[in-house]
Amino acid sequence: MKYIDEFNDPALAHRLLDEIRATATRPWALMEVCGGQTHSIIRHGIDQLLPENVELIHGPGCPVCVTPLDVIDKALEIAARPGVIFCSFGDMLRVPGTDRDLFRVKGEGGDVRVVYSPLDALDIARRNPDRQVVFFAIGFETTAPANAMAVHQARRLGLDNFSLLVSHVRVPPAIEAIMTAPGCRVQGFLAAGHVCSVMGTAEYPELAARHRVPIVVTGFEPLDILEGIRRAVHQLERGEHGVDNAYARAVRDQGNQAAMRMIEEVFEVTDRNWRGIGRIPASGWRLTDAFRAHDAEHRFDVTGIRTEEPAVCRAGEVLQGLIKPTECEAFGTACTPRTPLGATMVSSEGACAAYYLYRRMNAPAPQGSRIPQEEMNSVG
Amino acid sequence: MGHGGGGALSAELIEQVFTPAYGNPTLAALADSAVLDLGGARLAFSTDSYVVRPLFFPGGSLGDLAVNGTVNDLAMSGARPAYLSTAFILEEGVELAVVERVARAVGAAARAADVTVATGDTKVVESGHGDGVYVTTAGVGLVPDGVDIRPQRARPGDAVIVSGPIGLHGVAIMSVREGLEFGGEIASDTAPLAGLVAAMLAVTPDIHVLRDPTRGGLGASLNEIARASGTGVRLRERAIPVPDEVANACGFLGLDPMYVANEGRLVAFVPPEHAEGVLAAMRAHPHGAGAALIGECVADHPGTVVVATGLGGTRVVDLPLGEQLPRIC
Repeated sequence: MKYIDEFNDPALAHRLLDEIRATATRPWALMEVCGGQTHSIIRHGIDQLLPENVELIHGPGCPVCVTPLDVIDKALEIAARPGVIFCSFGDMLRVPGTDRDLFRVKGEGGDVRVVYSPLDALDIARRNPDRQVVFFAIGFETTAPANAMAVHQARRLGLDNFSLLVSHVRVPPAIEAIMTAPGCRVQGFLAAGHVCSVMGTAEYPELAARHRVPIVVTGFEPLDILEGIRRAVHQLERGEHGVDNAYARAVRDQGNQAAMRMIEEVFEVTDRNWRGIGRIPASGWRLTDAFRAHDAEHRFDVTGIRTEEPAVCRAGEVLQGLIKPTECEAFGTACTPRTPLGATMVSSEGACAAYYLYRRMNAPAPQGSRIPQEEMNSVG
Repeated sequence: MGHGGGGALSAELIEQVFTPAYGNPTLAALADSAVLDLGGARLAFSTDSYVVRPLFFPGGSLGDLAVNGTVNDLAMSGARPAYLSTAFILEEGVELAVVERVARAVGAAARAADVTVATGDTKVVESGHGDGVYVTTAGVGLVPDGVDIRPQRARPGDAVIVSGPIGLHGVAIMSVREGLEFGGEIASDTAPLAGLVAAMLAVTPDIHVLRDPTRGGLGASLNEIARASGTGVRLRERAIPVPDEVANACGFLGLDPMYVANEGRLVAFVPPEHAEGVLAAMRAHPHGAGAALIGECVADHPGTVVVATGLGGTRVVDLPLGEQLPRIC
């Protein structure tokens, strides 16, 4: 794939870095909203290459991380029921609920299946008319259109055995919540390119003006991120605070109209709890009354869920950019990908997982493994 | 399932369950194959079970894997593989034509690898208790005099060489199993590597480490070697051969090619003075045509694998926990 090389070009990257270095005369703190951007930043070592006065703060944009515990627990309870086929994207399977995860449910006999698209789940429903098929519909604006399409199709095909367990969240209200939170240090945002490719940029000018922050729509390859940082720093140095699209190859200001229409037909805006952060007004979607029959929460009447977060886990502060993962006392000790306390450690896009996986130089053997060094050569 | 993924959970299962139960010095080495002293001969001995789904895939089949996997485990000790056994576990109801096709693939792969299937076994389990056909193979081979290849022998300064493009087998399996198309035909790299190893040993018998990065991919194998030897490994990201199709598929699914399975690749740790010669010999062999020098063994960060990113940053390549999971978006 040619573009991967093009957007990793070291010479271009260093030219952008030089420009950022030359432009930044004061300390600036930028938040990359999306977990995919966090992952790319850490994986490519971009934060190590930036000048000291440009700090990246990791945002809440990992859909796996922010799915609230009570919804995870509902998923676990539904998935464990006989007659249910529970379909999910793979990275939800290891996310800890109060006392287990979907892998555990699968191991205990639950029919939990990894799918790559909600339409795969729909196909499973079509082929299993005597079973209840539930798709775990989580994610930001990026996954909402396909999930909406799946339930729309289910209605059209008369697949009464298909339902969604919905926990969709929206980015702009999260930016609002971050900017109004006590202790917020964020001075500019790198907005998530994939989200804007669906929703456009219409919601951002008002946010940027009200909070006096530049918002730069940014992609996910290293050069995309550096260009986003360059433009944000440029605005900050000039005292500007506008919306700038640095991902024009994928994002049009008006977004994807067909996708937005599909979302509007199936979902309506609602308040949502964000794991680790709390309730954010108007920050999510739920199925409209017209599609209530395909709402798994309604169908399975999952009530009486009691949740309990580990007291030591500071994932919420990580998600709000208030601390770095390494500042949490549990990081790398009580909390590892093997024994995650919070979703930020288990999700492939979570900030804690990124730091654990990519930044542990001179690290000891993984926690939970008591394998002596000379015996670690065991798989083949 | 994570315990079968070739990552940290697999290692934990072996260490906590099997090693205490069987404990002996030979097993404690836990290499791809055990090297045994038998009547003065140094015999390499290995066994493995194959449970791949689907049974037939672009570039190979269960039968090829069952032969090549064990042949390669023997070759990773520097051995010349000689004899194999096969044990078939058949699920009631599986079509005889399917079994025949797997058996023919075993025969063809054995001939291609120049090994003899000397003994075997067949069992049938009830319908619903298997996945069509499982095959277990065991194999023996002779280790030439002067050859001592094992993970503990990695030394700072060693050149780290991979024999060709990575990730093809894992992506080929995913493409047929999950019905995903990634643009372009992707075929498994399954191949017997004993001939390639013999060509490398002809340059120098002093190859320190060989490993075929199967489950868990290159990332897991390098971590195992780093930990077994107490050295560090430093890679150059841009030197690692990742085919476009693999990069494409991994980008789409949120997987890292470093952890995607291979079935016809090896990674070698070679003393620096022999690196050029070994690399040239590999490139002259059909199964090593795409060989590349991807990094070196270092005294820094013992037990840890680090990669220099294309942009000039660095990151750790950790042992994966279990199987990689496709991400949400």
